[in-house]
Amino acid sequence: MSRIQTAFLDLGLMDTLSGKDTPVHRLDPRAKLLTTLIFIITVVSFGKYEISAIIPFFIFPAVMMSLGELPFYYLFRKILIVIPFAFMIGIFNPLIDREILMRIGLFSISGGWISFCSIMVKFILTAGSVLVLIACTGFNSVCMALEKMGAPRIFAVQLLFLYRYIFVLIVEASRMANARALRSFDGKGKGMKVFGYLLGHLLLRTIDRAQRIYLAMLCRGFDGEIRVNRHLEAGMREVIFTVAWSAFFIAMRVYNIPLIAGSFITELIL
Amino acid sequence: MHMADALISPAVGGTMWAASAGLIAYCSKKVRDDVDDIKIPLMGVVGAFIFASQMINFTIPGTGSSGHLGGGMILAILLGPYAAFLTMASVLTVQALFFADGGLLALGCNIFNLGFFPCFIAYPFIYKKIAGEQPTQQRIMAGALAASILGLQMGAFGVVLETLFSGISELHFRTFVLLMQPIHLAIGIIEGLVTAAVVTFVWKARPEILEMAATAKPVRHLSLRNVIAGLLVFAAITGGALSWFASANPDGLEWAMFHVSGKEELESPEKGLHSMLGAIQEKTAFLPDYSFKNPEEKEGHAKTGEGEPAANSGEDGKWPTVSAGTSVSGLVGGALVLVLAAFIGFALKKRS
Repeated sequence: MSRIQTAFLDLGLMDTLSGKDTPVHRLDPRAKLLTTLIFIITVVSFGKYEISAIIPFFIFPAVMMSLGELPFYYLFRKILIVIPFAFMIGIFNPLIDREILMRIGLFSISGGWISFCSIMVKFILTAGSVLVLIACTGFNSVCMALEKMGAPRIFAVQLLFLYRYIFVLIVEASRMANARALRSFDGKGKGMKVFGYLLGHLLLRTIDRAQRIYLAMLCRGFDGEIRVNRHLEAGMREVIFTVAWSAFFIAMRVYNIPLIAGSFITELIL
Repeated sequence: MHMADALISPAVGGTMWAASAGLIAYCSKKVRDDVDDIKIPLMGVVGAFIFASQMINFTIPGTGSSGHLGGGMILAILLGPYAAFLTMASVLTVQALFFADGGLLALGCNIFNLGFFPCFIAYPFIYKKIAGEQPTQQRIMAGALAASILGLQMGAFGVVLETLFSGISELHFRTFVLLMQPIHLAIGIIEGLVTAAVVTFVWKARPEILEMAATAKPVRHLSLRNVIAGLLVFAAITGGALSWFASANPDGLEWAMFHVSGKEELESPEKGLHSMLGAIQEKTAFLPDYSFKNPEEKEGHAKTGEGEPAANSGEDGKWPTVSAGTSVSGLVGGALVLVLAAFIGFALKKRS
């Protein structure tokens, strides 16, 4: 299947996932957005040689995934697709930072490898938590939450428009790409020139479409002000959810639970 | 090109978020004040176009860098800088949320790198200058090419600075710059050519579309002030991030050695019995210093009155890093309490 169709199905699947009805899905999107943000900030605030203390943070996406009935492998694959950039930057750490920080038996591990692993763990956590957020909230709700939390309305509406028309335009782009593929032999026709024309045509159609949408909006009484007719309700559940998770994150940030548990166990053994 | 959450520190992420959020608010106001209602649906749909166009195959092999069309330049040429910045921000938000391409915390960095530079620097100062009042095909081509390349170069440089200030990567400034700039020069040339091809196509087919963006009056009038404000913000960020970086970085290694050597025992408690006793000693001695003892330390400071700087300089060696570490978590905690308080207040207000 061509890349473009995969991407489309991908968006569609994320959208389907967000339509489920589980306790996590029913939470107010603001609570989930705020909690995810706090989660990311605490994870990222760890020192660059930290690995063990970050591990307990996997509890959050794990709990969300299980309560929200989200497919683990699917989300994990999505993370792997975007890992290259962090990997490319991180991989220099082992090359530059060669100071030996740790020995296990005969193996000695340099600081660079430790910080590289730390980057990768952080990447999986932060990217994973964002995907979980969307998969159990839905894009429209996240936009609402953004708007309610103070983002300019025009920006929120912008996001809604964008999201709505991605589905339409991707189908259109995919048809064009198919048509080009059927007509180009031996790599001919896939060059820059045709690509430019193709995109140019798509763009013109897009602009005409925007014009039609605008006229349709005018017909329905659009006066420059966009009214969003949906209200969110945050109750005790949301407060508890956010406070409890945040307290957990802070506790994990301040106390290195694995280290404490580890030293407790080792002392017991001795 | 998209910054990831894992590569930035909260301080850098937070400041860039603030800068981008400020720009979004500013641009939203500008677009609202423009009576041009049609831009509202146009922005959304053209944003979706950028998205769709990024999916048609145009990848650069062998770089590892995601070489998709940034799109910032096309947007700026079609919509004018304010609307383009908002559209770019929304494109990046969707990418961050749906494809985890660039994280939530790094979103501020990405919006700034891929939105601010093309829309507020490359467009008014390069594209407009070259394309001029009466554009010809050659001028549009040259302008789009130059602006795309330079916009991307600035964005790549932004990535370098943000990564360095975050202190997560070991890459030295020189190496990193030498790595990033040439790669993005290649990407920029390709992107510039595509941008030029699409823009000239539109110009030939429907010149009025380009004129519409070019003649939006407030653009030229205010862009300079805007850019200066943006640069000031950037300077403040740079300064803030630098000082934070400088305070956190010295002898971080020493601190980490303790930490890591302690961790080793935990991950494999049975291994290395001979070194275990010593390690546990270190661990139990070090860890309380790091977190538990902190309140006492603060009390001590309080008792000695204004002994803060003196105590800091007295406890040199590993102390500065340790206190930097705790101060970060303190900052996070403080911000958190603030956010929580606001949240609770908000919820209570709703109920009453």
